[in-house]
Parts: sequence; structure tokens; C-alpha cells
Amino acid sequence: MYNYTAMLSNTFRGGVCLAEEKELTVGKKTKEIPAPKELIVPLCQHIGSPNESIVKEGDAVRVGQVLGDAKAFVSAPVHSPISGTVKSVQNFFHPVFGKSPAVLIENDEKHEPLSTSVKNDPARLSKEEIITIVRNAGIVGMGGAAFPTHVKLKVPEGKIIDTLIINGAECEPYLTGDHRLMIEKTKEVIDGVNIVSRVLGAKKVIIAVESNKLSAVFAMKKVIKPPLKIEVLKTKYPQGGEKQLIKAILKKEVPPGKLPLDVGVLVQNVGTCFAIQNAVCDGKPLTERCVTFTGSCLKEPGNYIVKVGTRLRDVIDYCGGFLTPPAKIISGGPMMGVSQYTLDVPVVKGTTGVLFLSEKEAAICEEMPCIKCAKCVDSCPLRLLPTDIMRMVKYSKWEYLKELHPSDCVECGACSYVCPSKIPLTQYIKLGKIKELNKR
Amino acid sequence: MNDPKPYLSPGPHIFGNQETPRMVRDVIIALMPAVAVSIYFFRIRAFLLIVISMAACVGAEAAIQFLMKRKIRITDGSAVVTGILFAMIIPPALPLWMAALGSFVAIGIAKELFGGLGSNIFNPALLGRAFLMAAFPTFMTAWNAPITLDAVTGATPLGLVKFSHNLDISYLNLFLGNVSGCIGETSAAALLLGAGYLFLRKTIDWRIPLSYLGTVAIISFITEKASPGTYAGPAFHLLAGGVIIGAFFMATDPVTSPVTKAGRWIFGIGCGLITMVIRLWGGLPEGVMYSILLMNGLTPILNRITRPKRYGT
Ligand code: SF4
Ligand code: SF4
Repeated sequence: MYNYTAMLSNTFRGGVCLAEEKELTVGKKTKEIPAPKELIVPLCQHIGSPNESIVKEGDAVRVGQVLGDAKAFVSAPVHSPISGTVKSVQNFFHPVFGKSPAVLIENDEKHEPLSTSVKNDPARLSKEEIITIVRNAGIVGMGGAAFPTHVKLKVPEGKIIDTLIINGAECEPYLTGDHRLMIEKTKEVIDGVNIVSRVLGAKKVIIAVESNKLSAVFAMKKVIKPPLKIEVLKTKYPQGGEKQLIKAILKKEVPPGKLPLDVGVLVQNVGTCFAIQNAVCDGKPLTERCVTFTGSCLKEPGNYIVKVGTRLRDVIDYCGGFLTPPAKIISGGPMMGVSQYTLDVPVVKGTTGVLFLSEKEAAICEEMPCIKCAKCVDSCPLRLLPTDIMRMVKYSKWEYLKELHPSDCVECGACSYVCPSKIPLTQYIKLGKIKELNKR
Repeated sequence: MNDPKPYLSPGPHIFGNQETPRMVRDVIIALMPAVAVSIYFFRIRAFLLIVISMAACVGAEAAIQFLMKRKIRITDGSAVVTGILFAMIIPPALPLWMAALGSFVAIGIAKELFGGLGSNIFNPALLGRAFLMAAFPTFMTAWNAPITLDAVTGATPLGLVKFSHNLDISYLNLFLGNVSGCIGETSAAALLLGAGYLFLRKTIDWRIPLSYLGTVAIISFITEKASPGTYAGPAFHLLAGGVIIGAFFMATDPVTSPVTKAGRWIFGIGCGLITMVIRLWGGLPEGVMYSILLMNGLTPILNRITRPKRYGT
């Protein structure tokens, strides 16, 4: 059993305890949603160089065929989730970039694969071969950041990854996709973890799970073997942030402007490990993912396996529509997600969840003056002074901004959440960040 | 299906349940026991002074916000808090018009001139009192005994100890508030009840009260041990005068105290030190007001020098 006192000390300073709202979906088995008649597959679903389209209007495509790619190292190709015909390549809605080039594919319902299925034994592949497979499968960070995974796996010369942390914290409220994945696809996830661990040559592998997901912990306990280890962390936002995970588990702080690998750590999300297992063992590119569709406005909240490119409208239609019209639609979690204004945006590789919130759940309150209560200061996991940064930005005191280090902010939103005066602190700090960057 | 018309906003999209008007309301609720006890001990005088101060504060706030073309914010309740707090720290015999004038200074000068809610440097109620102290010292030091005592006028316990070295103290009366003093500062029991409520609601931070009261206790413990006949002990110094109301209701005013944790410790210790220096060796029997005002003035500097260490360095 678990040592609960140790569990409570497994955390970072600052942060907030949020209402979890996970019970809407956590107990439900993941369902697969069939591909709709049309898909809008954005060409760019990662952070890095944009992809060029490889197909054009009228082309026939098959399942797994590359639609777009780039030459740059920091990029990830995009594949067709279905077989069918390319209707057009043009700007469509994108959940993060507003509008961006995408391929509109009409589904021929034949599901014709590109090639006969491959089965690989990962143990027989070299590290370089695995990294190439990961790149060619278009895998990106599935926790929402969408940074190309092969870039992270290719550790620069001279750096050593000593600890691999697998992020199963899923600290955003409402989201339960990773939790379900750890329960339903335990073996595949752990196989993926082992592949990553082999590529990196990590000595320690720690799977980090928040204390509200003990069922996932028990499921994984049954299949893991040393050196894999599970650490149960206190349920607190933003526990799943890379810097906070490293602090909670290894008591190390990543210096400003540095990456986890500078302290010998690499963090991978559980969903990414699952995608890596799929790609390496079964030769499947990343064309679908588990997405939590939830919020009190939905008839059937749940976790759904959705093809990348499926519009929100199609998912809603499939799962029974709305109970009440949502006041706010958010792609991602309620803390760091992006609000949407149309149901025509597609699900992309980085979509962890889509929330349909009622007026009450997403209430916007009137902004009041700062009363210097310091709740924002106490909640900031990076030890910033959000109230001071806000004041400098508001009154354009740029010369004082630098010493407050707005660039350290991870944009977690904890400060805005706790502020009793409902000041959009995170927004002010982002502005401050931009100002500081432009000055350099 | 009709498409929903959702609204857009940057994240985060959900918010905690702490709200500034709610926190202000909490302070009003927390002051109610002290208000009740003060009316019990000082009857109609206390009642009138409280009502007049509250009305003057709210009126002054509305008038000044109107004149300065600011948004009228009297509904946030902060002027009511200032009014009650101000009334709690004036003597029961004070003429009503002086209370109104003091309230006006508290809101008009200490708060609105500095920019309104959140922008003031000094605690408004304390600055209002400091003004009266400077303008009408005799009125501010004339003490009516509570209705429950036989005497009509009486020196405060702090005055007795300081100037007459009268160490014959009834701790029960001190605790309940059955002594001479300002309207609402005398009853430690009622104030502690309110403070407990504020802690329960997480409205105030514990660091300032703890370090303030701790410093007072330690200094009075040492000085009493050093010369037992002259100085009173910790129990007396904690219960007498305005330390309790100061530590829980005034020093904790978030607007005028530091935002960093280290800053709050220093703030509390500083308040305790100055209070005790004035009480023991200064010309006045009581030093709570000046200590908090002084530390208010130091708060911007404290905030600067106690910035947390940058993450990862
Ligand atoms: S939480 Fe809001 S009101 Fe409190 S100090 Fe921070 S910005 Fe000011
Ligand atoms: S300042 Fe940045 S890192 Fe700190 S709580 Fe706010 S959003 Fe999070």
C-alpha cells in the first residue's frame, strides 16, 4: 500500500488545489468515434517549422499517407487518418493558431491502408532507428505542448539523461484521458515507457501520478518491473508542469532559461509513450488520440478516441448533442486551454480535451483593484510576484520589469485563478514577457 | 442543431471562490462581536460613534469618488470596514463631530488621495486616528470608564501601569474588556472570536499576528523578569490596549502590509518592537498606532528587499 504521508510531501511549493470536476468522465470506458464524412487535417499540429503540403486537390489518399512535412529538424509530419479524396488545401480553423492551412479530405469509408501492417520488435531496433520511426510517425508531445518528440529523444552531445520522468499527473481539472489510458492501455503505455527509456539510456525511470488516480497506480503496479518506479504525488495544480514535476520528485529546480535536460532529466507524457509504442511496435503513425469531451452542457461526456481532423461538431453529433448551449468552449484544460468560437475547429494531435462549460462554470467576474493580498504570490510555483509584475505592466514601468523576471512564468494561470479581485494576472505577465523579449 | 455562441477569453477559464467583496464582508462580520461588546460597555456613546464614523466614511468615499470622477465603489464595503475600525480605536467621550472629521481624513486623505482601494500606503483608520491625536490630544486621551464600573472617568490600564506603576491588574476584566480604553479595543475576547473567524475563512494571514504578538510577549517577558516591580508581564501587554485589534485587524490589512512571506515576518516583528519601545520607554502609554503606521511606511521597502529567490538559482 501507499505511504500517504510521503505522498503529501511529494510536491512543489505554491500552486493551488482546484475543484477537480473529473467525476463527469473518469469512470467511463473510452469509446471510439468512427471517422466522419469529412476531415479537416491541419498541416501544422506541432511547435516548430511549419509543414508544406505534399498532396493537392483531387489526390487520392490512404490511411497513414503523409499529407504534409518539413525539412527542418524541429517539425513533425502529418498523416491522413482515413482513405479518400483531397477536396482542398486551404486555410481552416485551428484550435491554437486561429486559422492555418489544412487538408480537407472526403472519407471513402474504405479504410485502405497505405501498406501492409508492420510488426516490429523494439528490442531489435537501434536507438537511431527508433528516433527515425518516431519522427516519421509524426509524434508530438500529447500533454498539450505538441513539441516534436524525436527532438526531445535526440539528446545533444555531451548531455546525459539520468532520470526519465513519465508524466501521468494530469493536473488540469476535467481531463481524464491520461487516467483512462493508464488503466485501459496499461501494457502499451509501459512498453512505450521502456522504448523511451532504452533510447535515452536513463538510469532511473519514474512514473509520476497524482494521488487522485490511484486506480491507475494499481493497474501499472501489476505490470512494471525495475528500474521503473511509480511516484504518487500530491494532487495540486500545476503538478504536471515539467518544472514542478522535477521539483516534486527530485527536489531539483531547473534554472531560468534552461531545459530539464540541463539537470539530467527528461519528461514524457503517458499519452506520448502510448503513441510511441503504437508507432514503433505496430508501425502506426499518429492519426488519432484520446480526447476528453466534457462539461455540464454535454449529454454524454466521456473519453473518446478521435481521428485527428474531426471537427468538434461531428463529435458532438455522435455523442448526443448538448443539454444546454455552452457559454464557453475550450480546447484543452480549463486553466491553460484556448477558448473557441466555433464548432468547426478540428481535434489536433495536442488536443487533450474539449470542455463545454455553462455560464456558471465559466463565470467572468468584474475586475477590481488589487488589494495586495498576496494570494497570487503564494500560488506562483515559480516564486514570482504576479501582483508586482502586473503593476509594472499596467503602468508601463518597463525599467523595473526585468528584475521581476516575467520570462520565468510558465503561464499556468494559478495566479489569475486565486486572485480575489479577479485580475487577469497571467495576461499581464504574458504581456510583460513579450515586452522583455522585444527589448533584448 | 443551433450553433452555440460561446464567448472568448484568455485562460484560465475557471476561478477560485475568494472574492474581494467577500473578504471585506468577512472583516465586517468578524468585527461584530467587538461592536456588540463595545455597545454593551459604553452604551449609546459607542453606538453613536460607530454609526457616525461608518456614515462619514461611506459618505466621504462616495463624495470624493464622485468629485474625482472615479467609479463609485462604496458597495465593496471597504469604507464600512474603515468606519467600524476607526470607531473601535477612539475614546468613548470623543465629540461626534470629531469622529466625523477623523473618518473624513481616514477615507479622503489616507485612502482616496493615494488612489483609492488598494493604493493607499497607510492604514486609513489609523491615519485618521493619528490626525485626531495631533489635532485634539486632550480629547483623544480623556477616558470614560465603561458603564459597568462605578467610576465615571478612569485611566486606561496601560496608563495606570506606566504612570502610577499600579500593577494590581484584573486579567479577567482585561480579557472581557471591562476596563477604560478605546471603544472596541478593550475586549480581547470579542476580538479573538472575530480573528478566529477570519482564520477559518482564510481571509488573513497568520504570520503578521503571530510575529507581532510573539515579539510583544518576548519583550515583556524579558523586561518583567529584569525589573518585576516596574514592568508588567506578557499577559498584561498582550491583553491591554490595542495590541489585539492592531495585530489581527490592522496590521493584517493586506493593502498596507508586505506581499512576501519574509516581509510579513519582519513587518510583524517590527510592529511588536516599536509598540513595546513606546510602551516601556516612550512618552506615551500606548504605541500600537504609531508602530503599525511606521511599518506601513516601510512596506514598499520590505517588499523590495524580501523578494523570493529566483527559481532555479
Ligand atoms: S491575488 Fe489579486 S488582489 Fe491579491 S495581491 Fe495578487 S493581484 Fe492583488
Ligand atoms: S506568474 Fe506565471 S507561473 Fe506564476 S502563477 Fe502566474 S501564470 Fe503561473
